[in-house]
Amino acid sequence: MNDLKELLRFVRPYRRLALFSFAMLLAMVALDLAVPRLVERTIDQGVRRGDMAVVLGTSALMLALSIIEVAAAVLNSNSSVRVGESVARDLRQAVFVKIQSFSHGNMDRFSTGRLMVRLTSDTGAVQRLAQVTLRIGTRAPLTMLGAIALMFVTSPGLAAAMVPILLVAGVCIVVFSARMEPLFRAVQQRLDRLNTVLQENIAGARLVKAFVRSGREIARFEATNTELADGTTSVTQYMSLMTPMLTVLINLGMVLVIWMGGNRVIQGRLSLGQIVAFTNYLLATLNPLVMMTQLSNTWANGMASARRVNEVLDAESAVPPASPGSASLAASGPCSVAFLGVSFSYGPGLAALEEVSLSAEPGQTVAILGSTGAGKSSLVNLIPRFYDVDRGQVLVGGIDVREIREDSLRARVAVVPQESVLFSGTVRDNIRYGRPEATEGEVVAAAQAAQAHDFILRLPQGYDTRVEERGVNLSGGQKQRISIARALAAKPGVLVLDDSTSAVDVETETRIQTALPAALGACTVFVVAQRISTVLNADKIVVLEQGRVVAEGRHRELLGSSPIYREIYDSQLGGGPRE
Amino acid sequence: MSEKTELPIIDVKSSMQRRQGRPGKYEKAKNPRRALIRLVPYLRPFLPQLFVVIGFVVCYSLLSLAGPYLMGRAIDVSIGGRDLSGLLRFVLLMAGTYLASNAFNVAANWVMARVSQDALKTLRGDLFRHLQSLTMGFFDTHSAGGLMSRLTSDIDAINQAVSQNVTALLTSAITMLGIVIAMFALNHWLALASLIVLPIMFWFTRFVAKYTRKGFRDLQKGLGELNAVAEEAISGQRVIKAFGRNESVIEDFRRRNEAVFRSGVYANSFALLLMPLTQVLGTFFVVVIASLGGAFALRGLVSVGTIAAFISYGQNFISPLRQIANLYNSIQAALAGAERVFEVVDTPGEGEAEGELSEGIAQSIHGDVSLKDVVFSYVPGVQIVKGFSLEVRAGQTIALVGPTGAGKTTIINLLTRFYEIEGGSISIDGRDIRQMRRSSLRRSLGLVLQDTFLFADTVMENIRFGRLEATDEECIEAARLAEADHFIRQLPGGYATDLSERAGNLSQGQRQLLSISRAILADPAILVLDEATSSVDTRTELRIQKALLRLMEGRTSFVIAHRLSTIRDADLVVVIDEGRIVERGSHQELLDRRGFYHRLYMSQFKGNEI
Repeated sequence: MNDLKELLRFVRPYRRLALFSFAMLLAMVALDLAVPRLVERTIDQGVRRGDMAVVLGTSALMLALSIIEVAAAVLNSNSSVRVGESVARDLRQAVFVKIQSFSHGNMDRFSTGRLMVRLTSDTGAVQRLAQVTLRIGTRAPLTMLGAIALMFVTSPGLAAAMVPILLVAGVCIVVFSARMEPLFRAVQQRLDRLNTVLQENIAGARLVKAFVRSGREIARFEATNTELADGTTSVTQYMSLMTPMLTVLINLGMVLVIWMGGNRVIQGRLSLGQIVAFTNYLLATLNPLVMMTQLSNTWANGMASARRVNEVLDAESAVPPASPGSASLAASGPCSVAFLGVSFSYGPGLAALEEVSLSAEPGQTVAILGSTGAGKSSLVNLIPRFYDVDRGQVLVGGIDVREIREDSLRARVAVVPQESVLFSGTVRDNIRYGRPEATEGEVVAAAQAAQAHDFILRLPQGYDTRVEERGVNLSGGQKQRISIARALAAKPGVLVLDDSTSAVDVETETRIQTALPAALGACTVFVVAQRISTVLNADKIVVLEQGRVVAEGRHRELLGSSPIYREIYDSQLGGGPRE
Repeated sequence: MSEKTELPIIDVKSSMQRRQGRPGKYEKAKNPRRALIRLVPYLRPFLPQLFVVIGFVVCYSLLSLAGPYLMGRAIDVSIGGRDLSGLLRFVLLMAGTYLASNAFNVAANWVMARVSQDALKTLRGDLFRHLQSLTMGFFDTHSAGGLMSRLTSDIDAINQAVSQNVTALLTSAITMLGIVIAMFALNHWLALASLIVLPIMFWFTRFVAKYTRKGFRDLQKGLGELNAVAEEAISGQRVIKAFGRNESVIEDFRRRNEAVFRSGVYANSFALLLMPLTQVLGTFFVVVIASLGGAFALRGLVSVGTIAAFISYGQNFISPLRQIANLYNSIQAALAGAERVFEVVDTPGEGEAEGELSEGIAQSIHGDVSLKDVVFSYVPGVQIVKGFSLEVRAGQTIALVGPTGAGKTTIINLLTRFYEIEGGSISIDGRDIRQMRRSSLRRSLGLVLQDTFLFADTVMENIRFGRLEATDEECIEAARLAEADHFIRQLPGGYATDLSERAGNLSQGQRQLLSISRAILADPAILVLDEATSSVDTRTELRIQKALLRLMEGRTSFVIAHRLSTIRDADLVVVIDEGRIVERGSHQELLDRRGFYHRLYMSQFKGNEI
């Protein structure tokens, strides 16, 4: 309930429209309930007394009322749609803006898939909740209450007899819904299992074929398939009981009305028209009952989604923004980088770096080496402040990164991530991404240094070739080279290359390295590398082992002084010592 | 589960409770008749049950029509005639009718639920079985996520149509027919007057549906675009942030969001028109009956009871009409889904040549491999492999070396018959592989790929995947040989550790050791290592290398690697460039030749002349 209250603030800007919608709804309910009354009048005062004027007059009145009702209905649906869609739009916008403000730490916690669900189906469910509540959700109970009230007005005795039936119907709905819930959950689990088998089978198709395991896969699928079919069958069967059950109850009510009402008419205590009106009222209670059983689902889903949406909206950025009056970095020229006693972890028990201290003078190239999980990426991710340190300080240009304005820091530190992410748009747009004002000459120069120029020219439209969704029309190596060009075009003061040439062959990589200094001008470079050939010429090589710096120096020094470096070197150059 | 594609989300509950009345997908099959004809065989085995269902539905519909009729009679004859005992008879009759009709309703749904789920199960099974026979080319050209969401949501669309709509459609049609008959039986003038509702309703529905359909199409398109923007912006969020481009991305999103809002208001406003319009039509119906009936009654042409019955019928008359209009959409969506499902089913599979070799022969394969003038292209006209010839003796290790895109992996794809060659021949032990069963060919080959794939199952089962009949001891022995035993024992559950929850905690190296254990267990005659160690760091690689060397002992091995150090010990190094062999020889020979290989090698160790 609290989550819903929080989301109510999204409805607040549209509360007048919502109130209007509600007023229209009340009008509709009143008009709905007036009709049986008028039918009663037609029968009792018109037909029974032979008064044609009453018959025609009442009919004209009913027609007029129904036309008014159309107007009310259209206004109601239109305004409720507007409220619902506005809320959905604002909610989507808020969630999206929030996601864009997330730090890497937040993004690690939410996967892309999960965030997409928050943004699409969860906001959709909240929207449905808002819209349905403004329409049938309130209409159904109001109509029911009105009908019951009018039943009492028409004939208190008869109406009293209906109360137990309605009570039983209410209890049935509650009990039924409660028992349905676990059944649904079980089927959902079976469906998820089936989808997992299917998904693994598709993703692992090569392996299944290579090991000739389709028989095993089919058996696995058949088992979950049968489970799902059985589960769905029983839920469907159980669910199909609900509506007939309610119908029978209301129908029995009708029978009761005819019997008791008939008796009263025969005794002269009730008119025929009143019986007809009474049955109409009774029928008017049936629809809301059936509808409410289906609404419970919209409600439950909406509430659950509201909770999940709030989880995103309430997530606190793991990297709080720098204070308003904070510093900016010099707009050009290389920046120094220093780590002072830095410790960092991804959470309790997930320490990544411990007491790391190292420094890079402006313009120096620092290479980070180490086995997987040694903390290389964690280290360089601290420079653009993707994460905040637990202890110690990271300084860029001599200033603690927590005290540098975010836009200034990000503009001066360019990162080429491990996984190259390109955006839809042309190749040129992608290279210009970090600095939209880069000139054509700068774009080409960056591409040339990244060894991307030649293949870009061979693409169908050169630099105007569109990069398709997630760059499926480019090879891994091509994407990496474009993403290097993108970083170069940003003219950074610090460049971070996080193992960003893994998909590029060695020859090309060497050419990129040769071209980098000229393209960068003066720039501090951090290179995370697997291949030792990448780091040979670095000003400083840092070897990480389990989050600690175990060796630091130039290639020749380390070769002599660090056994771990020696070991890595041997493992790669293998033949080296033997030659 | 290397890269877990996000599963498409189908909420069982809301999908099952989704009733007619809420506008769903508006899409049409290209050839609805064909799709329908293809679906029929799935229902054929249940013909007897279906007849029973139809019988039940007819009983249900007719009995529920009798209710209002009896009520009208009760009012006229018994109440009007002040006949208490007659009233009691009518009342009991009514109660019986109502109970019976609803019982039939439940029974029909009960049987139909079983039938439709069994039919769907068969369809899903067929689809999955066919999926197993599809070529690797199919999987390479269809994204896993796209395939998944198509298979799941299309099946769900069929599910909804079959399980809910068939009976609903039948009921609606029979009810309408019955109501028309009953109305004419009661009073044909009033009945005729009632029928004027039909064309109005028809026109309403058409009018609303036309705009609604257009609106929802626009909405769906807008939403699709919005989601594409969002997906890109979320998956690339780190990069967007790194380059400080959040503002422009947010602005782009806001624009599209606004467009979705506008088409959402348009589409939903029209869709919601139908409900009030039909309701008003219902009122209109009552008004017509009341005034006309009243006029008739004054002249003694009809009774009050008849009017009451007519009003009751009227209400029953409108809702089936509306239902049929909605069912039409849902059935269209189902047929469109079915069409796509059959598209997959109709994609030709790998097909099996006349298998000359029986299954058992796999074991006795020696391991001589010969490729003669092999020609291949993925896309017609763009040759990837251009006249590739290679003779390999059993037990040799062959290293395939070359720049990215040279065609190394393609050679492996041809050897395993994931793809079929276009020209030339490949033979193992002198027998053309096209003459072998794919299953026995593949059983004689062991693959260790760069992308290790682990199933959501225990460690033990993931190893056993290599040879299903292997005992636990054999699996453990394989793991020991692969140097994986040690780390497996350190996992919280040892060999019983469930990888569905912890696959993420395994390092690349550990995953690779598991897939090597798998290959050791499979004990193939020929081994294929496709960049098996390129995603682990070099020191981990050393450990894996040890396991690999043990695996390669006595087997013909094909090794693809970026790192030249991995392949130094190969018997033969084959250097490939643009689909051709440009050099071959031992590592040392090739170095001495100072050609392509020498250049590749030197570029890696440049600056190393110390």
